[in-house]
Amino acid sequence: MADDAFTIAGEELGSRLILGTGGAPSLAVMEAAIRASGTDMCTVSMRRVDTTTPGSMLDMLARCGVRVLPNTAGCRTSHEAVLTAELAREALETNWVKLEVIADEQTLLPDPVELLDAAERLVAEGFTVLPYTNDDPVLARRLQQIGCAAVMPLGAPIGTGLGIRNAHNIELIVAEAEVPVVLDAGIGTASDAALAMELGCDAVLLASAVTRAQDPALMAAAMAAGVTAGRFAARAGRIPRRHHARASSPVHGTAVF
Amino acid sequence: MPAAIMPPGAAVAPARAAGARDRGAPGSRPDVIVAGAGVIGLGVAWRARLRGLTVTVVDPAPGSGASWTAAGMLAPLSELRYGEQPLLALNMASAQRYPTFVAELERSSGTEVGYLRCGTLVAAWDSADMAGLRDIHGFARSLGLRTELLTRRELRARVPASASGLAGALSAPDDHQIDNRLLHGALLRACVAEGVTLLPAAARRWLLRGDRVVGLGLADGTELTAPVVVLACGAWSGQIDGLPPGVLPAVRPVKGQTLRLRTVGPPLLTCVLRGTVRGHPVYLVPRADGRIVVGASSEEAGFDLRPRAGAVYELLRDAQALVPGVGEAELEEVSTGLRPASPDNAPLIGPSRIPGLLLAVGHYRNGVLLTPVTADAIAGLLADGALPDEAAAFTPARFDHAGNRATEGRVADDQAVENRPTREDVR
Repeated sequence: MADDAFTIAGEELGSRLILGTGGAPSLAVMEAAIRASGTDMCTVSMRRVDTTTPGSMLDMLARCGVRVLPNTAGCRTSHEAVLTAELAREALETNWVKLEVIADEQTLLPDPVELLDAAERLVAEGFTVLPYTNDDPVLARRLQQIGCAAVMPLGAPIGTGLGIRNAHNIELIVAEAEVPVVLDAGIGTASDAALAMELGCDAVLLASAVTRAQDPALMAAAMAAGVTAGRFAARAGRIPRRHHARASSPVHGTAVF
Repeated sequence: MPAAIMPPGAAVAPARAAGARDRGAPGSRPDVIVAGAGVIGLGVAWRARLRGLTVTVVDPAPGSGASWTAAGMLAPLSELRYGEQPLLALNMASAQRYPTFVAELERSSGTEVGYLRCGTLVAAWDSADMAGLRDIHGFARSLGLRTELLTRRELRARVPASASGLAGALSAPDDHQIDNRLLHGALLRACVAEGVTLLPAAARRWLLRGDRVVGLGLADGTELTAPVVVLACGAWSGQIDGLPPGVLPAVRPVKGQTLRLRTVGPPLLTCVLRGTVRGHPVYLVPRADGRIVVGASSEEAGFDLRPRAGAVYELLRDAQALVPGVGEAELEEVSTGLRPASPDNAPLIGPSRIPGLLLAVGHYRNGVLLTPVTADAIAGLLADGALPDEAAAFTPARFDHAGNRATEGRVADDQAVENRPTREDVR
């Protein structure tokens, strides 16, 4: 079970669960959820985080000892996303960025054209780019080709909790991925996280499912267990699905009285 | 829980409360200095004065902060969040004090404060929001609170101006409102009428003698001393220099924008209406004079008071989604304030880790609601030497020096109450 390191861009992460920080009712609740999740990396919106004031989210994350992955949530164009990533690099002194370029407020789906453009420009600037993308195998391939350090396809639109709507597409993305695949967005409950890992994803990124749960810390622990269970199951190799029963105990050599 | 703290300023004897209500000559040393003249600071000053203490309030611009920008919702139920039951209890305690508090304040100040017992409806934008409201309804009932679910037709009947597509609503009949600006003005008048000294000056640094706070150094260089200082500067509470590190738990600014609209003719709304439009929370608070306060953005942006265009757009967009007629109103004002947010969203009321300094900070979204209970708690602590039971769970002792929740929260609270040395003192 050991010796299952998870690395992105050569950096080893201590957990296959990555937490988003949006939607928590308070910093104290967020902190409890982070600790319960055992995560090693949290993503924060550069547009919604205060990098200047003591007592902010960033202080709390530092206290928890987790890596901070800035994201470009709220950006609608490649131009905005690149500027936001550059701002994050300056403010947080990291060249990692979760790249998010949203098409509209209704669906919050990634805009593939703007996303690819922004990814290309950021890779050229030396960023380690982790793009939040649609569950489109072709787009995922293109993002890898231009040098993204991971691909992060959605299971369902952000905040819906609808789980993984197109498991087959996720499998296709995983099948040809040469960089880590992180299932990002759409997770509703722990079994969704387990399924993502069973499908072969390397990690799961989620926020609302934990931060908007009635007991965020407990749900964070559930997600950690789900990710671990799914990872173990994926490595263990599941049995084939069969149409007919196959007894689990031997039927030969039964005593006859 | 018995609360038996001697006030950090031992010179403030409980007996004073029963004694003569001497004002103290101008310039003489007051019993209490209050830093901050928002609703919390003035509430504390007024109530402490009524308990017989001489009080000086220091603030360069009274009421210019969150007290001005707030919408004045008194909404324990519609602000209810899972896991915040202790805060709910404090919010309820303060809401229940409001009728008496208002009556006394109106008498003391000679002005009305716009306290409207109008109730609140929380509208559901879609069926998923309605399912969320059903859960909250069940949660509220399990806590013994009065709520009611309304169908979409019932909502339309109660609020004819509401949008046609709303999925229903949760009624919180005991969530009311007050005009926060009238409240602040009345507190100022009441303080003056009762003999509180108001100093329009900025506090720059803490005066310390040994390990205790003995007063404040002001911007003009004067030094003001008193046995006790109450800190009530909201989001700005950490901006006075000179306290040892860790005395103040982290209170951070959370920027909020509200809009004031003016309508003419018959009122669009007769109760507070709020909801979450495609995930964006918005509320409309109708005043008796036809104004509607629309709020509020919530932004982690440090000490940035510039109004953001997108926030105004989003508030108007979402307000119109709930009440289409709002688009015809006059846009009278955009205001921006900083909510003082503590790590757990609850206020810090009571003794700090340093003698001579009491805290009344961190009220976050509920400063107006929590004004009566905070004022009475601090006045009680000053006059009787004891913090009322209802505030006992909200002493600053629940946080350790780093600003995070102390791991043994109960133990920490008990230690503070009994005024025993804490871990930090022993170290």
